[in-house]
Amino acid sequence: MSIDNATVRRIATLARIEVTDAELSTWAGQLNGIMGWIEQLKEVNTDGVAPMSGGTDLKLTLRADQVTDGGIVDQVLMNATEPQDGYFTVPKVVE
Amino acid sequence: MSSELTALTIAEARSRLRRKEFSALELTEAHLSAMERARHLNAYITETADLARERAKDSDKRIAAGEARAMDGIPIGMKDLFCTEGVQTTAASHILEGFTPPYESTVSQKLRDAGTVMLGKLNLDEFAMGSANITSYFGAVKNPWVPKGRNAELVPGGSSGGSAAATSAHLCMAATGTDTGGSIRQPASFCGLVGVKPTYGRCSRWGVVAFASSLDQAGPITRNVRDAAIMLKAMCGHDPKDSTSANLPVPDFEAVLGQGVKGLRIGIPKEYRPDGLNAEVNALWNKGIDWLEKAGATIVDISLPHTKYALPTYYIVAPAEASSNLARYDGVRFGLRVPGKNLDDMYAKTRAAGFGAEVKRRIMIGTYVLSAGYYDAYYVKAQKVRALIVRDFNEAFAKVDAILTPTAPSAAFGINDKIDTITMYLNDVFTVPASLAGIPAASVPAGLTAEGLPLGLQVLTKRWDEETLFRVCQSLEDAAGFKGLAPL
Repeated sequence: MSIDNATVRRIATLARIEVTDAELSTWAGQLNGIMGWIEQLKEVNTDGVAPMSGGTDLKLTLRADQVTDGGIVDQVLMNATEPQDGYFTVPKVVE
Repeated sequence: MSSELTALTIAEARSRLRRKEFSALELTEAHLSAMERARHLNAYITETADLARERAKDSDKRIAAGEARAMDGIPIGMKDLFCTEGVQTTAASHILEGFTPPYESTVSQKLRDAGTVMLGKLNLDEFAMGSANITSYFGAVKNPWVPKGRNAELVPGGSSGGSAAATSAHLCMAATGTDTGGSIRQPASFCGLVGVKPTYGRCSRWGVVAFASSLDQAGPITRNVRDAAIMLKAMCGHDPKDSTSANLPVPDFEAVLGQGVKGLRIGIPKEYRPDGLNAEVNALWNKGIDWLEKAGATIVDISLPHTKYALPTYYIVAPAEASSNLARYDGVRFGLRVPGKNLDDMYAKTRAAGFGAEVKRRIMIGTYVLSAGYYDAYYVKAQKVRALIVRDFNEAFAKVDAILTPTAPSAAFGINDKIDTITMYLNDVFTVPASLAGIPAASVPAGLTAEGLPLGLQVLTKRWDEETLFRVCQSLEDAAGFKGLAPL
């Protein structure tokens, strides 16, 4: 296992973080360092062990499927950059 | 008078406020002036003096009317990871600078309802990712403790570094913290304080900026065990807005404090004593064992065989969850926006400019371990090892009532020390296993190093058994007689 510059480029694209070409090898070095240290997990025998997801032993509860909040457009938009007519705005996506 | 007021414990201030020996406003003013004098510590990101005065006046009215609430008039600091209505909440990140929530997190609301007075929002590692409070966009926090005989500025630990520095320097009577892998306990140890991470699910996570949702838990940082019991009770309780919040009664933690440890079985895990363990840490741990034995507990040697795999497991699980949680910071709905030539470019530029190096590192690791082809090899593997770590604890708690370990592998280190990434991660080697298992854990100040720096001991109990946790903590505090105070 080794993370090369192309892999860093792919991960950065998936993560939506701009990375310059000059930064690629620094990132590769750092990620290889961390992932190399994590490799030790391979020595643990986990045959037949059910993966643990979540942090609790309690059953997650469901609530009634009802609208309990809403009608607060002003609050929803109050931290947005350049909201318009009750909407968020983004760069043009359809030509 | 003013420094006398800031030196009080919550328990003392609570009764003296009710006897009207001083007002909540006087108590708040004393803290606000202390904060002004100690700005060089960089403990607060945002001070909320006017709001604090308003709330202190409300407390005084309730106290006068004989309607005092559990923590009425007690000035506290709020880690800047809790969303606070009308008050900037940054998570110590550039990407959230200026973000003002129109709502209050459940935990901070509960503390408001209990009558506490919020003095301001405390500094932390960016998005709570760090063990030294040096990754904050708003600058590093300084530990009020200084080593004897050498000139050095020390870190307060992290990520709740502002919470620990402020509580230690009497810039608040106590503070909220959050703990994902040790972020309450390690700073408490570095600053000579009590820090409690309750069972996962005790405190609601609603309104707390998310880092790793299956690990994040809020808790108090205080100057003694009783104060921690008082404050934790005010923070806990079921919240329908967090599906992982436990619908269980909250015990009166303060009520168990006098019960001692007579008859309790205390486990000492051999895996927490690796070769090369710091000699002072090792000696203090031995002292702690001795104290509990003298107090009537039975000491039992135990094994938690997967301990050494906890940290690498954590560095898959936590970044994976973080990479998903932090996807929301995209420049669209709140926070920083950096313009781009199209939508994807705006996302990438916003996130490149808004996140610091450590946050990016964890998002990249998380994205990698969740990506196609690696998900089973890393993420699922880590989830399985996590299950084995839980099993270790379950087997141990069949034999013992509580476990005693050191909190951190060393005392506080220098702000300017050059520390590589993995060595920094190793700060949490003793705290991460309890986070992965979701069990309650606390750090109690137990002694000083030869340089006069505080060291803590960690107590662990089984899920939902904070009462035993507090009994053991109180016993350690009584025996340690820790009178250490940061130079003010």
